[in-house]
Amino acid sequence: MVVDLKVEKVSKVFGTFKAVDEVSFEVVSGNFFSILGPSGCGKTTLLRMIAGFLEPTEGQIYIRQKLVNGIPPNQRPVNLVFQNLALFPMMNVFENIAFGLKRRKVEKKVIEAKVKDILARVGLSGFEKKKINELSGGQKQRVAIARALVLEPSVLLLDEPLGALDLKLREQMKVELKKLQAEVGTTFVYITHDQSEALVMSDFVAVMNKGRFEQIDTPQNLYRSPKTAFVAKFVGDNNALEGEMLKKEGEMVLVSAYGHEFWVRAGSYRLGKKISVFIRPESFLLEPEENLSKVNRLKVKIKDILFDGANSKLLCLLPAGPEIMVALPQNKKFAHLKPGDDLNIGWFYEDSLAFS
Amino acid sequence: MAGKKLGFYVFFIPVFLWLFLLIVVPHIELFLMSLRTEDWVGNTSWSLANYKNFFSEPIYWLTFVRTAIYSILVTCITAIIAFPVAFFITKVANPRFSGFLAVLLLMPFWVSELVRVYGWMILLRESGVINHFLLQLGLISKSVEMLYNDISMVMVLVYTSMLFMVVPLLSVLESLDDSLIEAAYDLGASSWTILTKIILPHSKPGLTSGAIVVFMLTLGNYLTPNLIGGKSSLWFTEQIYTQFIASFNWNQGAAFGFLLLALSSLIIWIGLKLTRQNLTKVVQ
Amino acid sequence: MKKVLVGVISILFLSVSLGWAQSTLKLLTWKGYAPKELVEKFEKQTGIKVEVTYSNNEEMIAKLRATRGGGFDLIQPSQDRIASVQAKYHIYQPLDYSKIKTENIIPSMLEAVKKNTLVQGKSYAVPFCWGTSGLIVNKKFAPEASDYTDLLNPKYKGRISYRLKRPTLIGLAFALGYNPFELYSNPQEYAKMMEKIGEKLIASKSLVKNYWTNGDALLELLRSKEVFVAMGWDGGGWKLHKENPDIDFVAPKSGALGWIDTFALPAKAKNVDAAYKWINFMLEPENAAYFTNKEGYFTASKGVEKFLLPEIKDNLTRSFSSADIDNIKWYPPVPAQIEAIEAKILDKVKAAR
Ligand SMILES: Nc1ncnc2c1ncn2[C@@H]1O[C@H](COP(=O)(O)OP(=O)(O)OP(=O)(O)O)[C@@H](O)[C@H]1O
Ligand SMILES: [Mg+2]
Repeated sequence: MVVDLKVEKVSKVFGTFKAVDEVSFEVVSGNFFSILGPSGCGKTTLLRMIAGFLEPTEGQIYIRQKLVNGIPPNQRPVNLVFQNLALFPMMNVFENIAFGLKRRKVEKKVIEAKVKDILARVGLSGFEKKKINELSGGQKQRVAIARALVLEPSVLLLDEPLGALDLKLREQMKVELKKLQAEVGTTFVYITHDQSEALVMSDFVAVMNKGRFEQIDTPQNLYRSPKTAFVAKFVGDNNALEGEMLKKEGEMVLVSAYGHEFWVRAGSYRLGKKISVFIRPESFLLEPEENLSKVNRLKVKIKDILFDGANSKLLCLLPAGPEIMVALPQNKKFAHLKPGDDLNIGWFYEDSLAFS
Repeated sequence: MAGKKLGFYVFFIPVFLWLFLLIVVPHIELFLMSLRTEDWVGNTSWSLANYKNFFSEPIYWLTFVRTAIYSILVTCITAIIAFPVAFFITKVANPRFSGFLAVLLLMPFWVSELVRVYGWMILLRESGVINHFLLQLGLISKSVEMLYNDISMVMVLVYTSMLFMVVPLLSVLESLDDSLIEAAYDLGASSWTILTKIILPHSKPGLTSGAIVVFMLTLGNYLTPNLIGGKSSLWFTEQIYTQFIASFNWNQGAAFGFLLLALSSLIIWIGLKLTRQNLTKVVQ
Repeated sequence: MKKVLVGVISILFLSVSLGWAQSTLKLLTWKGYAPKELVEKFEKQTGIKVEVTYSNNEEMIAKLRATRGGGFDLIQPSQDRIASVQAKYHIYQPLDYSKIKTENIIPSMLEAVKKNTLVQGKSYAVPFCWGTSGLIVNKKFAPEASDYTDLLNPKYKGRISYRLKRPTLIGLAFALGYNPFELYSNPQEYAKMMEKIGEKLIASKSLVKNYWTNGDALLELLRSKEVFVAMGWDGGGWKLHKENPDIDFVAPKSGALGWIDTFALPAKAKNVDAAYKWINFMLEPENAAYFTNKEGYFTASKGVEKFLLPEIKDNLTRSFSSADIDNIKWYPPVPAQIEAIEAKILDKVKAAR
């Protein structure tokens, strides 16, 4: 397995503010690697260091085993798709895409063939002569990606490229982008603050918080076994219950919260007295059968029904506790539920995680 | 519908009157004047002689050519100096500082042109401030005359024109997204390529409108070439002045005025053609 | 508050009504010809307000031509520039000499001006002051400069300045042995002569520091010792002599060029009475002497001697021997086409490399 990008203990300090804090990771060739984190956590800063626009305060960056610290952006074998795309408005689509190739003094014929080829790949055949301001948002997106991809970079860096698109288009582009990446096989490093983008497209996702990586994992693992409270909260929807640890038996922990006692799975080895318990909305069982074992049970009051098609939820109130989101399957069985009703809910011990 | 029409006239009529009364009418009279010639007694008759004189008398058209070439030179130099200045103010300097820099550029325009030119004369003359300092510092052993030559004239003309070039450049460069420069850099472009392929094409409208203003102002300048220029620095406006004032030949002067207008428009038109632009785009 | 308001309003009214009542004299003249002190004195004596605009011969004529003789009540062109302009553009009105205290004017000068401004039987000007153009020389550096030809003398390379205007051409013409005034009536010959002078000027162009365009600038050039030999007016030279005795006006060997500046009435003058009052006021010996003492130019006023400062009288005797005085070339009226010939030559000189 070839490692295309290796980042080693990279930090970036602005004045006294540490925007990126000892980040390390590797991206294997052909992978779609996402960096997911809230706004201002340092994603762009990290990406700009990889692209060469910023020098790391500390640490090393290797591209295909070559140390690139100190090499300017125009000499690094990586390309960046900008947050605002940065297409050249004074040039047409062809000139935009050919820009990088011309800088490399590629033969004119080859350039034409390559541009044609990449346009076909992004589904914009015949758009060569169009002006940039004649393109739709999605088309601009594709041109921006094509402009970088045509240079066949070792690593393609993308900084929230879908950020400016509307929801519907974003959903569509997500799928297309993943498909495109699989086809061309280029290594992608993709930045986003949208967890669904990261989960759908990536082979690996790094969750970033306040300049640090909290967890690097496959989307499934991130979802199922977040390693920190932050990841649990940030990746997917989650309910958080605050409580106290009563005892620990192997992997399992007994927690007391709001006058109830639950068995939950320990999220990390070291746990303090104070504990947060995370339960995903879809982990809840509605009206769980009595005979099920290893299930925590609660009685809640339905406060509201949040209808959102397949994503519909119940907003429930736990007496003396917080609001709880419970997934509401859209089938006849629970069609009778309405606000004000009392409801028994439960979840398998396995499906809840405890962090300090 | 009627309201819309009324609105149109409310705005159209003052504009029309302004254009017509203040710009067209005086020119009509001048134009008619330029088509008449006067004999010794003061009787006038229609003729194109005034225009013919311009082309048949080498002094006249050579002076125009000289004026035009120097104006183009001044325009180019102004652009070459103003561009980095505007770039520095918009892209490099701290934004709080850049307002101050822009005001600094405005400073020379707080005094009249005459005062400005005399200021330069005090600086540059043989017994002037600069010579004094150079002598004091021992850099020269004998005062040198820095006035009355074309280099000083061009310098002062450039100085006078700077603002008119910097301001439109500031606004186009302000509108240039930094990420375009970074994107080009990322795609492998050198600084030179970025300048020629990204920054200059983006700045073209500002550069062109600045160039037109500077060119016209320089061409129409009278004081600077007259006071600072060398012994041979005949400027076309001086010719017009001579015709009107010294030779009492208003008809010839009017013809020169129109030739100046027509030929400078022609030069600008050629310039626009050469750079593949059109005026409406530039004015936007 | 109310009182203040009433006060302000009444002052406003008063000044407006005074402005209406008070007549004004619009004077178009040369710099220095209406000293502030004399203007104030005149205003006090007559209650007439004086508005002064400064100009030179060419611009005075152009201004009046543009307004067809309106906009000013009194103007002061040189006597040689009146007759032909009047014949062509009719921008002046004849003077009523009975309204002028001619007893205050040197008779020979008055007669000469009357004769030179005669158009169709009427005269258009009275003399005000006179002076000469000649050389202003820094004797420390150029003790031998004595004629217009020294403006072309390689000895003073880079230290020479003159005006690219007609006096330079005419002075040189005299120095080179022509009589340009006689050739006024023969434009062809005049043009030929001017061609020659133009060639001379072009040939020695490298000797000139610059062609001065404004009197103050010339004085500054001489004062700062950047220039040693210049063509200029006697008054300017004497002014500098007071500051630096090395510098003085020199009457050129081939004759200083004598000019007489006059008073003339524009065709559409509004306040003719005030104009006559100003003429008479300025020619009163005491006032004329004040002007001479201040500016160095002699006036046409008779009997000023007793008011003149000794140093002013000394100027004349220092710069002019009696032979020099006799040798002054007084400008005769200039025919219209002459100036066009000169303008062309001057352009050629300026354009030459
Ligand atoms: N040049 C700089 N100087 C000082 N601080 C900076 C600089 N660039 C970024 N920062 C700070 O570093 C932090 C991280 O910024 P960065 O742009 O990397 O965030 P981000 O994760 O990309 O956020 P977003 O999702 O909003 O784009 C922010 O707090 C920002 O204010
Ligand atoms: Mg960002």
